[in-house]
Amino acid sequence: MLNVIWFALWGLLWAVYFMLDGFDFGVGILHPFIAKDDIERRMVINTIGPVWDGNEVWLITAGGATFAAFPTTYAYMFSYLYTPLFLILASLILRGVSFEFRGKIESEGWKKFWDFIIFLFSLIPAILFGVAFGNIFEGLPFDANGYHGTLFTLLNPYGLLTGVFFMLLFLEHGALWLSFKASNSVTERAQSTAQKTWPLLLIVAVLFLIYTKFATKLYDNYINHPLWFIVPAIAVISLLLIKAFMKTSYAKAFIASCVTIVTTVFTGIIGLYPNLIPSNINPAYNLTIFNSSSSQYTLKVMLIVAVIFVPIVIAYQFWAHMLFKEAIKKEDLEDKEVETY
Amino acid sequence: MDTVLLARWQFALTALFHFIFVPLTLGLSFLVAIMETAYVRTGNETYLRMTKFFGKLFLINFALGLVTGITLEFEFGMNWARYSKFVGDIFGSPLAIEATMAFFLESTFLGVWIFGWKKVSKTVHALSAWLVAFGTNISALWILIANAWMQHPVGYVIRNGRAEFVNFWAAVLQPYAILKFLHTVSAGYVVGSFFVMGISAYHLLKNHEVDLFKKAFKIGAYFGLFASLVVFIVGDMHAGEVAKTQPTKLAAMESLWNTQKGAPMYLFLIPDEKHEKNAVELFGVPKMLSILAYHDPNATVRGLKSFPKNDRPPVTITFVSFRTMVALGTLFVLLTLFAFYLIKRDKLLDNKWFLKLMVLAIPLPYLACELGWIVAEVGRQPWIVYGLLRTSQATSTAVTPAQIIMTIVGFVFLYSVLGFIDIYLLIKYARKVPEPATKEGGY
Repeated sequence: MLNVIWFALWGLLWAVYFMLDGFDFGVGILHPFIAKDDIERRMVINTIGPVWDGNEVWLITAGGATFAAFPTTYAYMFSYLYTPLFLILASLILRGVSFEFRGKIESEGWKKFWDFIIFLFSLIPAILFGVAFGNIFEGLPFDANGYHGTLFTLLNPYGLLTGVFFMLLFLEHGALWLSFKASNSVTERAQSTAQKTWPLLLIVAVLFLIYTKFATKLYDNYINHPLWFIVPAIAVISLLLIKAFMKTSYAKAFIASCVTIVTTVFTGIIGLYPNLIPSNINPAYNLTIFNSSSSQYTLKVMLIVAVIFVPIVIAYQFWAHMLFKEAIKKEDLEDKEVETY
Repeated sequence: MDTVLLARWQFALTALFHFIFVPLTLGLSFLVAIMETAYVRTGNETYLRMTKFFGKLFLINFALGLVTGITLEFEFGMNWARYSKFVGDIFGSPLAIEATMAFFLESTFLGVWIFGWKKVSKTVHALSAWLVAFGTNISALWILIANAWMQHPVGYVIRNGRAEFVNFWAAVLQPYAILKFLHTVSAGYVVGSFFVMGISAYHLLKNHEVDLFKKAFKIGAYFGLFASLVVFIVGDMHAGEVAKTQPTKLAAMESLWNTQKGAPMYLFLIPDEKHEKNAVELFGVPKMLSILAYHDPNATVRGLKSFPKNDRPPVTITFVSFRTMVALGTLFVLLTLFAFYLIKRDKLLDNKWFLKLMVLAIPLPYLACELGWIVAEVGRQPWIVYGLLRTSQATSTAVTPAQIIMTIVGFVFLYSVLGFIDIYLLIKYARKVPEPATKEGGY
């Protein structure tokens, strides 16, 4: 039972991470295109300024929880996905410092350089996280003799499609975020980007759902327990609701996008159960929530910690998001008494 | 080169680089919180400007400490998969708890602190600074509990081919963990206070904002004196704990080859690892080593030769690092005592040589911190978990030397560039005169 709870929590941590850092990635990818001058770029960056760091901690927690609850999976996942993880790591490092470095030297070239870094190293992890999860859904090539794949086996058609799918999810998410968090012409451009990205996202989402049938065994669980179809159904409905809400309120469309991301991640997670990483050579070697987990004692201790602290974290992060809920205006950036990036 | 050596080099490089930025975060977070509290309590604008001045430096430093920390979490799985699998039941928990209890706290309230000057009240703003400081220090607590378990594993059984927890609290509350935590965070406070004192001294020498920097120097000196004493006293207790739990490390720290009752300590010594003796031993203090290690002049201290060769750590590097660290630690007590004396007599500005010395002293506590980690980690070899798992048995089997070389090259390039920029920015902003009260600085 504890293993199943931790599996759900593991999924939740990844889902929340993608829901939160997803709009940071989207904003990072979009900002050189949506913002036309320095003050607009600063406006775009400052919409995520107070929260991006807290969002990224969900990744560290997801990694830590994998280590604590499913150490064998952690050991194999991180050593098998060596190169993509290094690239994700380098990207997160570069993206993180660029927010801090960008405004520290008053020079056109310096700022343009970091703008490019923010763009590129938001794009790369957005795609690579998708590639990594696509490959986990398909299973990795490992057996008793270890791992038989390379970086290029990861770049298979399904992995790449999932990469593009994640990237578009985050792009839409970021565009919707900017549609109500920025102001003036930036908002207009963001809204138009969100409108234009949506049909593309829909097409890729449909392709993903179809290709998943052929490339993975994710649907087996759903066929055996059809009640679970409610999760992908919510994903599809909320994806459609984004379109509907864009007519009236971009904030509501953003909420729908949050739901889309969370339920999309859970669509994959439920399909994986009870596996964390299937072996696509021989199912006997699948890393499951039972054969790769920590002891019941450790799972219990960690559950107590999670039950106490996760609600506290959610409470103060929600408070912080509410504190900064107002849209960023140009005047805010010119006010010398307020700190901005 | 084999994967073990490469993985060790990679960990050493990335961990030591990470720890250039962490100690300042540990110490400066409290100092900035103290400065802001002084502002809230007195309403004196000088403290507000001081807070913003050092706060900006805190942020430049924090950025790199944060991002380079993720590397280490990933590295356990990427390069040390067999280790992760063997100890994950135990080692994973403090890491996950660190993220849940500490990282969220520090990152969320740092966001509030940076961007919330006009969004929250003065008190809530100062409270955010304190929460950031507590967050960083709680983070240190959990990662050091994890490291202490690698040094002295407790509360576990070997079951299912791995180490499994049977007593969580035994690992959390063991003296090794508590002492290591206090020693490491107080070392961070020393880094923070020498940073504040050194930068203040620089501006005092230039006659910039004398009132502000005299006040800042005073805060740094008081905090620094307290921290230097704690780091020194706890360091002595910590070494005692090492003597009890890691006899090979202690013998390497002192370069003691033969087991001795009432062991002396040589103030000057050159180890000769090849011939299993010391090439030079000068100025011996009788029974001193026994006193320091066991607080008993007649205690027996085990020498390196009483352990099999393949259980001994590298001696020279452990010994030299330890000696230098202790010498520096002593120096910090003397410097902060003298600073305290000058402030009490109000003679700080009359002693320009001392101010110059304090500017030059900024890097020294950093050096002491790095050396401390070298003692802790090299001294633990050849074990990754002392007495339980050898470093050579801990690497990933799925990873090739070429992959590790590639990522080492990547990290060295990335870290060199970012480290250079970060230190350049720190120096640039440390040299700036604080913004006047009417026009408070933005980014």
